[in-house]
Amino acid sequence: MSWNRTALVQRIPWTLIVFLAACTVPWIGSRYNTFLGEQIAIDALFAVSLNLLLGTTGLVSFGHVAYFGVGAYVCGILMKTYELPFAVAFPAAGLGTALFALVSGYFCVRLIKLYFAMLTLAFSQIVWAIAYKWNDVTGGDQGLPEIPFPDLDWMSSIPGLGDLRINDQFYLLALALIAVSLAVLHRIVRSPFGRILTTIRDNPERAAFIGINVRAYQLAAFVVAGTFAGFAGALYGIFSRGVFADYVFWSKSAEVMIMTILGGMDFFWGPAVGALALVWLNQQITAYTEYWPFFLGTILLVLLFVFPGGILGGIAAGYGFLRRRLQSRPLQPRDA
Amino acid sequence: MPASFLFSQFMGGLTTAMFLFLIASGLSLVFGVMRVINFAHGSFYMIGAYLAWQMVHWLHPGGASFWAAAIFAAVGVALLGAAVERLFFRSLYGREELYQLLFTYALVLILGDAAKFLWGTGQLSVSTPPVLAGSVQIFGTTQPLYNLFVMAIGPAIAFGGWLVLNRTGIGRMVRAAQMDREMLDALGANVGTIYTGMFVFSAFLAGLSGALVTPIQSIVPGMDVLIIVQAFIVVVIGGMGSFWGTFWGSVIYGEVLSFGILIFPGFSLFSVFALMAVILIVRPWGLFGKPLR
Repeated sequence: MSWNRTALVQRIPWTLIVFLAACTVPWIGSRYNTFLGEQIAIDALFAVSLNLLLGTTGLVSFGHVAYFGVGAYVCGILMKTYELPFAVAFPAAGLGTALFALVSGYFCVRLIKLYFAMLTLAFSQIVWAIAYKWNDVTGGDQGLPEIPFPDLDWMSSIPGLGDLRINDQFYLLALALIAVSLAVLHRIVRSPFGRILTTIRDNPERAAFIGINVRAYQLAAFVVAGTFAGFAGALYGIFSRGVFADYVFWSKSAEVMIMTILGGMDFFWGPAVGALALVWLNQQITAYTEYWPFFLGTILLVLLFVFPGGILGGIAAGYGFLRRRLQSRPLQPRDA
Repeated sequence: MPASFLFSQFMGGLTTAMFLFLIASGLSLVFGVMRVINFAHGSFYMIGAYLAWQMVHWLHPGGASFWAAAIFAAVGVALLGAAVERLFFRSLYGREELYQLLFTYALVLILGDAAKFLWGTGQLSVSTPPVLAGSVQIFGTTQPLYNLFVMAIGPAIAFGGWLVLNRTGIGRMVRAAQMDREMLDALGANVGTIYTGMFVFSAFLAGLSGALVTPIQSIVPGMDVLIIVQAFIVVVIGGMGSFWGTFWGSVIYGEVLSFGILIFPGFSLFSVFALMAVILIVRPWGLFGKPLR
């Protein structure tokens, strides 16, 4: 009986339902809802890509924002300065980010633990310094404002989509690209490759002992995570209508880490839940006070000391507790 | 280029270096003993600056009030450090570095907003104490006395710290804690007290440097996250946990920045980050540090 119920819950295609529900936002929600939805979707991809390192491989990257930033700048520069179409700029952003992740990751994975975190932080600050100072290309501290929307005329010819604003059309495009990216990341985490990454996280020495090239696998994870962060950054640049050096400052890396552990880094969808929760909390709290960082810090303290498993970790623990209670019920004397 | 110009450039770099050394030495000490990068170190520095301003504001500006304010700020921040270590940090020692890093980042967020709440978002400044308000001529360049004072304090603290670490019983305990925490614990030493002491001393240095920087820099929100990056570069170059390493790291940072502006203007910022990355790649434990085991 209870087994059937569990199987039924598991058979529901939750991710498809969430995706389809998100697609309806431009019709049923306000412009503001669409704006929030896009923010959440992009942050979710960014945080899930970080979790490939943090949760799956056990690499504490404190500079993941570098790859987000490189993706945003490559896509933004190609679309604004060189007026290339999105269909070229978006893959180019992924490719550029992958190359940068390959080079920086090659050096990072040779270091252990805290030194790894420090070098990733150093690379992200190098990206920030370049973005901040290379006026001719990145716009320096002025950034790159007014990145154009992609040409979405093809979308207007699809029945039902023609009367949407360009922002909403881009929202749907971004949503589709993010859904595909998340599906690919999900496949990667569940593949034999992903299992090896988890083995490396749990015990790198033993992994090396059974013949796994630990550094090569870590580097591969680093490049994949960087590439998807780059895709998220490319979408974000267009979504927020500009790319600025602030996007790459080190504190942004901490923010995406907070999203990841807020949702629960032991779960594939944890970081996405974290992105949703954090964006929502931000909206709620900034409506009342300008002291959002104070609340974010407090949330983080509560997470670290009370709920290190995050939201999904808390739900799983609560669910497990309830199920044990319910299953042990028949064994107890009836109280009626 | 005239020699006097180069000299003034050199002295400018040295002033930056000595300020950074004051801040970075505390960061380096905490890393050496506890193996934690304390992002909140910059926040301690900022709180020190605000506390100093507050004290000068309460007493009347000028006279001895600056020195009283500097001591007040350093002690105040040390107390804050003690509270943070005893209440929170202590329970994170056994946890993964991710949690420790994020905890210190939570402090950055909370202290940054607390400072905004208490002192507003405007710029605050403190005037130079009258004794050091003048300047002297050296090699045809004008050097403010206050900068020379800071340049003297830096090496004095470095030397004092080295003496304490290498020539006293306390220093021996600290070095033992750096090498092998469990063994020291097993030998009956109170490792918890040593950790608290190091954390408090590091906060004291941060508060003191925050107070000392007020006569030459205005106090603004955001100074915490800017300084922590610089201090971080310094300790990475010199070697996390090494006192003299931090000293030479600051000198290298200050001079690279100062002369870098002459060679590639606009890219001196890039050059220090690049230097840090190269050192992490070639010698992750820094020029003077020892590898982590």
